[in-house]
Amino acid sequence: MKPARKKRLFFIIFLITGIAVAAGFALYAFNQNLMFYFSPSEVKQGKAPVNKLFRMGGMVVEGTFKKEKNTLKVFFDITDYEKTVTVEYTGLLPDLFREGQGIISRGKLNSDGIFVAEEVLAKHDENYMPPEVAESLKKAKK
Amino acid sequence: MIPELGHFALIMALVIALVQSSLPVIGAAKGIDSWVAMAKSIARLQLFFMLIAFAALTYAFIVHDFSVLYVASNSNTQLPLLFRISAVWGGHEGSLLFWALTLSLWTGAVTVFSKSIPKDMLARVISVLGMVSVGFLLFMLLTSNPFDRLAVAPAEGRDLNPLLQDFGLAIHPPMLYMGYVGFSVAFAFAIAAMLGGKLDAAWARWSRPWTAIAWIFLTLGISLGSWWAYYELGWGGWWFWDPVENASFLPWLVGTALMHSLAVTEKRGTFKAWTVLLAISAFSLSLLGTFLVRSGVLTSVHAFATDPGRGVFILIFLIVVIGGSLVLYAWRAPSIRSSVSFNLFSRETALLFNNVILVVVAASVLLGTLYPLLLDALGVGKISVGPPYFNSVFVPLTIPLAMLIGVGAMMRWKQDKPGRLIKALAPSLVISIVAGLLLPLMADEYSFGAAIGLMLAIWITLSTLQGVRLRLANKGYSLQALASVPRSFYGMSFAHIGVAVFIVGITLTSIYSEEKDVRMVPGEKFVLKGYSFEFKGAQSEQGPNYIAQTGNLSVTKDGQYITDLNPEKRVYLVQKMPMTEAAIDAGLTRDLFVALGEPRGEEGAWSVRIYVKPFIRWIWLGTIIMALGGLLAATDRRYRLAKKMAESDKREATV
Repeated sequence: MKPARKKRLFFIIFLITGIAVAAGFALYAFNQNLMFYFSPSEVKQGKAPVNKLFRMGGMVVEGTFKKEKNTLKVFFDITDYEKTVTVEYTGLLPDLFREGQGIISRGKLNSDGIFVAEEVLAKHDENYMPPEVAESLKKAKK
Repeated sequence: MIPELGHFALIMALVIALVQSSLPVIGAAKGIDSWVAMAKSIARLQLFFMLIAFAALTYAFIVHDFSVLYVASNSNTQLPLLFRISAVWGGHEGSLLFWALTLSLWTGAVTVFSKSIPKDMLARVISVLGMVSVGFLLFMLLTSNPFDRLAVAPAEGRDLNPLLQDFGLAIHPPMLYMGYVGFSVAFAFAIAAMLGGKLDAAWARWSRPWTAIAWIFLTLGISLGSWWAYYELGWGGWWFWDPVENASFLPWLVGTALMHSLAVTEKRGTFKAWTVLLAISAFSLSLLGTFLVRSGVLTSVHAFATDPGRGVFILIFLIVVIGGSLVLYAWRAPSIRSSVSFNLFSRETALLFNNVILVVVAASVLLGTLYPLLLDALGVGKISVGPPYFNSVFVPLTIPLAMLIGVGAMMRWKQDKPGRLIKALAPSLVISIVAGLLLPLMADEYSFGAAIGLMLAIWITLSTLQGVRLRLANKGYSLQALASVPRSFYGMSFAHIGVAVFIVGITLTSIYSEEKDVRMVPGEKFVLKGYSFEFKGAQSEQGPNYIAQTGNLSVTKDGQYITDLNPEKRVYLVQKMPMTEAAIDAGLTRDLFVALGEPRGEEGAWSVRIYVKPFIRWIWLGTIIMALGGLLAATDRRYRLAKKMAESDKREATV
């Protein structure tokens, strides 16, 4: 092989290896960071992992919202009208959070079966229902 | 009457677009000069009707014509004039109208600044732009007509989404669209060149300033969106890796790659097929972005409508555009192979690296954005891919890119000697490493991440400056030397330093920001990063179309008064929608950010979110510097003298 060609071959191999490493790396990160969605029913059926981040959505049950005095900790139940899971959250709630509203929260299930949320999302539209929530409500009704 | 006029103008525009997309290109193919010559006037006529349509809709907003459904859904008599105008593109139908108008404006601009372009080529470019126009106008007229009337006009409109009632968001969509749509020009040039079978350096030269200008708008548009999210959404982040943000970031990444590869194609005549592919990709990703945002597959602030018919239409349009261009590419690509060779250690190689990295980054962002949608569409399951994925992929992939920026820019075309670069850059390298390692000592705690970020930023700055210095040294450091260096070179150096500033911003903000959600009673103090925030209570205030609870916090540092912050919690009266208005004290080295949560308990206590965010302004400052660099490059006099260049090219080619 001519030296110039050899060089070019090395270069191409180097480039392809680089892309392969990057791709493998991206896929690994991808697998590590996939976050699944579960409805309260699925959580109660034990389908959701304990101590691993996932998302859960549903309606905030009327009359269950409680604030802890002197801290920012709050508790509320969310439901798909089939099963209900208690959520614990510390911090500022989104503008549109209220009882009877559909929300999505991201967090981990602790050993007591309480969902400890890191983030609570409510949508910026009065009529809006997160599609995941709408679907789990539909499923639960069947 | 006026809305009907607008509707009529849209139909006229469609008819003209149909002519525009066929006559000139057929004329160019068959050599019918009169058809080719018509291209410019047809394009301008279409622009004329688009302007009428747009003016008609704007008029309907200004005079509160609630008999128009779109106006009734997005405006209100209490809405201030500025937001009534920005509401024109605040919803789905209007934003499409704005998209189509932007396309006509770009086409109009092409007809004006095209003196150096051969008539055939210009005719093809205008036709391709016409085809895109047809797609959008059809979409609008068939599925989302902004001029639809209501049988009975309501007395009052439903008001503009309060989130959009903000100056930043009034100008964010126009900027972004100018960028998105601007890539259609690069796309049209690529397609036209393939149609004509002449993929030479001249094609790349015509395309470069247009691509650069589109890129400037896109850069500023994304940056504005990020700035808006920071101060308006009330949780103090500047980038969320939200699919909608990714939708604008993807064309940016590929567009950036395109700018660099166009440079190689123009200067060296290589990477031709690759450049064409990038031009197609950048525009396809712009369309994909529009599709993602407008079709309602994504649920976010931006998704106005969830009408499946619209989604299907855009999807078909997308397939036609991407499929059509790729077929043309597959047909033409074999004949456009470049014959110029280059050494491994050369600027070409450096730019190849730049392209490969940018494209790989774009691919991994695309994966994270589309995969959840795909799984959902297939009914396999609902997953989401959060910021951790994007961060863990984006950061390591872009570090090598950042390391190469200054070096690549200094390298010579065709071949260079490693020894020359090492000699020129060794001091910069040493300074970067030492300074990068030492600087984080000034912070409250040492962070190795911060050291790496600073090293990169200093390295980019010093190596870029060294590049400028060497360039001047060749000409003997005089004022004439300063003036003789082309403006595009300064533009490039500027943009690269913008990247350095940007890196400082994201590194220091990500690592040293502190955030606390606290419950505060009036009179209570909270200390964060040396700043003492004293909550003085909150009271009611009345705004034009909302009622606000306004909090007052007094900030001191080491006993010195800094500022008063007045965050608001608004309730917009028409949509009964609560909104958080954060209060920010901006500074070059730190932002103080306070947002009100909700009342907590009887003693007038509130939950309050307090942030201290070091160097966050540098993020947007960096993007502004990048955009300025782009502007310098796009206005280089070479492009204005393009005709002469084309002639000298011919001479070179014969040598």
